[in-house]
Amino acid sequence: MNSNNIRQFILALAASAALYACSGNESEATLPILGHRDVVEQEVNGKMVADTVYQQIPDFSFTDQDSQQVTAKTFEGKIYVTDFFFTTCPTICPKMKSQMLRVYEQYKDNPQVVLLSHTIDPKHDTVAVLKEYAERLNVSSDKWHFVTGEKDSIYSIAQKYMVTAMEDEQEAGGFVHSGAFILVDQNRHIRGVYDGTQPDQVDKLLKDIPVLLNEQHQKK
Amino acid sequence: MVAGAAVLTTLTQCFTNKQNEGERLYAQHCANCHMDDGSGLRNLIPPLAKADYLVSHRDDLACIIQHGQQGEIVVNGVTYNHVMPGAEHLNKGQITNILNYIQTNFGNSNERFTIQEVEKQLDKCRHLLE
Ligand code: HEC
Repeated sequence: MNSNNIRQFILALAASAALYACSGNESEATLPILGHRDVVEQEVNGKMVADTVYQQIPDFSFTDQDSQQVTAKTFEGKIYVTDFFFTTCPTICPKMKSQMLRVYEQYKDNPQVVLLSHTIDPKHDTVAVLKEYAERLNVSSDKWHFVTGEKDSIYSIAQKYMVTAMEDEQEAGGFVHSGAFILVDQNRHIRGVYDGTQPDQVDKLLKDIPVLLNEQHQKK
Repeated sequence: MVAGAAVLTTLTQCFTNKQNEGERLYAQHCANCHMDDGSGLRNLIPPLAKADYLVSHRDDLACIIQHGQQGEIVVNGVTYNHVMPGAEHLNKGQITNILNYIQTNFGNSNERFTIQEVEKQLDKCRHLLE
């Protein structure tokens, strides 16, 4: 079973997340915005002003276990945690799901927090398969969307979330993917990346969610 | 004196390594799905902790590990229906160690396996390897 690639990738992600975490000011208790950023010059009232533009998750459209369309609009005004998996994954996925269940249990009564799991094996993981999977996890569909869709759209949005996902016959189960959980704010900016197979990283996620909720709250 | 202590440490390590082979193999090949504490995953992956299946299907366990398991099975009154892949590269010694690890951990205190018993079980499903 070759999960080295996965491990390495997670390590790289964790390291970059750690770097970002260090550069932030701890005492202010805000989360950094991760990903690419561009500085653009804009004309405001006749003056050129430099502005930082943060990478944003683009619009998307997938189908969840209830055959409902899930788009960026579904998450409007909410924050969400997302990951990539497949139902027949012989390696890290069940651990990721058991860790995601911790997030689910903690926020199941808070409509501000939603979970989104993308299958990277849409050929096998049809709506019906995802439905059975979600039912066996005993989770509700408006809280935790398991989505499928066009393979290319799924793989390309994975990159936007800074997650590796691709087919690879050499890998156990036929896919390479990372076990990352991505925390996304209501402006679709990435605010945290966690290794979803590691309980202590998920502890950190569970601590970061209230920080982000608080920030959204204050902005209102 | 120092050398003696070093030899002793190495020896104890050797011994524990051997003893822990079952635990190590479990972590490597099974814990992803059945979890570190053998609890499984809700109604998707059955538990090994206090699983009646380990006793009622004792004679099938070696083959399940080697060749996997699919279709409906009932563990502690809950019906599961998912796919467990086989671990065809594991040899009978390794399978014995894994089985003894699960039979005596996670709150289980089931009878241990001998390598002869495992070998006999594997004979029944050897044709699946061809
Ligand atoms: C890819 C996930 C996965 C891996 C890895 C895995 N199993 Fe399983 N295991 C399952 C599933 C799913 C079932 C139930 C299959 C079914 O529904 O027929 C199962 C069933 C079992 C059963 C019988 C039911 C029970 O709970 O007592 C035993 C025993 C078992 N597995 C032991 C192991 C051992 C030992 C290993 C490591 C060598 C292992 N499994 C690796 C997923 C897995």
